[in-house]
Amino acid sequence: MILEIRDVVKQYSGHLALNGVSLSVPRASVYGLLGPNGAGKTTLIRIINCITAPDSGEVLLNGKRMTPKDVERIGYLPEERGLYKKMKVGEQALYLARLKGMTKTDALKALKYWFEKFEIQDWWGKKIEELSKGMAQKVQFVTTILHKPELLIFDEPFSGFDPVNTDMLKREILALRDQGATIIFSTHNMSSVEELCENISLVNNSKIVLQGNIDDIRASYTHKTMLVRSANVFQAGHFYEPVSQEAKNGTVETVIRKTGDEDNNVILQEIMKQTQIYSFEELRPTMNDIFIETVKNVKQIKQ
Amino acid sequence: MSKIGLIIRREYTSRVMKKSFILLTFLTPVLFATVFFVPMLMTMLGDSTQKNIIVVDCTGLYADVLKSDDIYTFTYVDTTPEELKEKNSQNKELTGVLVISEDLATNPKAATIYSEKQINVETKSHISNLLKNYVEEKKLASYNIPGIKEMVEDAKTKIDISTIKWDSDGEEKEGSAELALIIGMVAALLIYMFIVIYGGQVMAGVLQEKTSRIVEVIISSVKPFELMMGKIIGVALVGLTQFMMWVILTLVIYGGATTILAGKMNPQQLMEAQQMAQMGTDGGMADMGQFGDANNIFHIIQNFDFLQIGILFILFFIGGYLLYASLFAAIGSAVDNETDSNQFSMPVTIPIIIALFAGIYASRHPDAGLSFWTSMIPFTSPVVMMARLPFGVPIWQIALSLFILILTFIGSTWFAGKIYRTGILMYGKKVTWKELWKWLKY
Repeated sequence: MILEIRDVVKQYSGHLALNGVSLSVPRASVYGLLGPNGAGKTTLIRIINCITAPDSGEVLLNGKRMTPKDVERIGYLPEERGLYKKMKVGEQALYLARLKGMTKTDALKALKYWFEKFEIQDWWGKKIEELSKGMAQKVQFVTTILHKPELLIFDEPFSGFDPVNTDMLKREILALRDQGATIIFSTHNMSSVEELCENISLVNNSKIVLQGNIDDIRASYTHKTMLVRSANVFQAGHFYEPVSQEAKNGTVETVIRKTGDEDNNVILQEIMKQTQIYSFEELRPTMNDIFIETVKNVKQIKQ
Repeated sequence: MSKIGLIIRREYTSRVMKKSFILLTFLTPVLFATVFFVPMLMTMLGDSTQKNIIVVDCTGLYADVLKSDDIYTFTYVDTTPEELKEKNSQNKELTGVLVISEDLATNPKAATIYSEKQINVETKSHISNLLKNYVEEKKLASYNIPGIKEMVEDAKTKIDISTIKWDSDGEEKEGSAELALIIGMVAALLIYMFIVIYGGQVMAGVLQEKTSRIVEVIISSVKPFELMMGKIIGVALVGLTQFMMWVILTLVIYGGATTILAGKMNPQQLMEAQQMAQMGTDGGMADMGQFGDANNIFHIIQNFDFLQIGILFILFFIGGYLLYASLFAAIGSAVDNETDSNQFSMPVTIPIIIALFAGIYASRHPDAGLSFWTSMIPFTSPVVMMARLPFGVPIWQIALSLFILILTFIGSTWFAGKIYRTGILMYGKKVTWKELWKWLKY
């Protein structure tokens, strides 16, 4: 484990931002930090970055309690990007690298490598305000990974990128992982989570509501949703409820969700009473479904 | 290089390299010098074109009074003004026609100058001086008292009180209340200006980092306090650089200009020119004529302990600047946009404006109770102390004032650090004073 967070609590005036959050991030993996807006993800990220201190609990990096000096081993790309608008690209990248503790020669060497790789050498002497938003994002990405941090934290890294650049970024993230970096990845974009993450934590209302290996989580949600093709529309039964229903070329496609733990046969029998079934298959749930369902459930329990 | 050093360097170079900074730094002394020396140059050059004046003397009493010289050519004619009027329009060389209709001793208003263009002041005063001296002399002679001329000369008295300061060690120093006032006001204004301009720059810089969202990246590398102090110190160095450049440039320009002028002028002319310049620049706030001659001024200026004033200027500037800049930084961090920043900076700008007024008051009443107290209160002391300093302030007062100032800016930096740390990461929330109070306790 490169990073362990144990029972972290953070309270802002009258509002509990994090309530006993624990998680461990295995080395050289991509870890997804998910959750709706305002769940407490940003606070957690800021605590890992030593920007704010937790009220209680601890953060361990490589098994040792984190000190402010350790932030040099972290690369952080905040959700709200920003660079000095009036400063030149090269100067700015060099400045940020040196703030992370790099020497001037090392920083220049690394910058040369990345600028060539991303084919952005021409931007060196330009001011940030002359670049488009996407271009500035690219520069910021380079400055985040420049000092070869062990731990990378990306908050919504793909927002503002076109599909070509998003794809390139994904490849870079996976390449960094293969080189041994650990990536914590906070996002709402569930398809990219499925593509990139090995483990996730789902934060909702200041707490972790779902945690674990992404395949295990998805497997545990299988056998719960099915796609039924039938001749006619059918109604909800005792053991299932339809999630969506639409007519296609003379057949009706219905996604149903089990409400209990009954066998598929029981459900089939219920539907058979209403209409003729053409096909019946289990659906592997997307992370999106799992996300929505979990967050909804938590809300219902609260109510 | 340590991280705070990197921040200071960025803040410093990014400002010093700006065109506006370079322009302001180099142009201000040039501008001042222009305002000061151009009137001097004007008087020196004077108007050397020929002035042709036709004199119509109806009385016949002043035939020899107006003598032609290099500039003025007086031609006596025997015609009437009406005749001349017609000729005048054709004669381009003619400056004017002086008509003396009656005896000036009985009617001093009997002389008139007719001209196509308005006659200039110099010509007018030259002619009237010549006439006045002649009439005066004639009048005195008419009294028939032997030696009257000398007696009148003797009776003319000019009172010039010289002011001398007694030092604590009994040494006498010739001082000048007028000069002390000027030096005090200039120093007080400079401190005021530097605090407002550079304090404002700190606030704008913090706000800019916050709104451009770069602050989150930076404080994932350095502590918020380091970032704040780096900015405050970097901007302070910019201010000091500008001050030093102004001092050096002023000395260079002043030195250069005076040597050039002195080569062309005798001391009396130089003195007159300086007088003219003074009148022009400060509307006769101080009558420089009281200083006697140019050498004396130089002597009095030398008597001011400029080194002491300079060192204390820098100390009080640093103290006052740190106090205000930290408060400006706290405000910049707490607000989201410039409109809010104006509203919230009010409580900080009001004391500094009060300080300016107290400084103006103190330069006229340096030892009044109000002057003393405002030179102790840290929010006004940098400006007020500067205004009092040239009049002589006891060492213990200076030391106490500096001590209070240092204590206060340590407190204000600590306070600003607390607000700043929370403020820079707060977006979209309209801050209230109550909220700021809470941030102190996080």
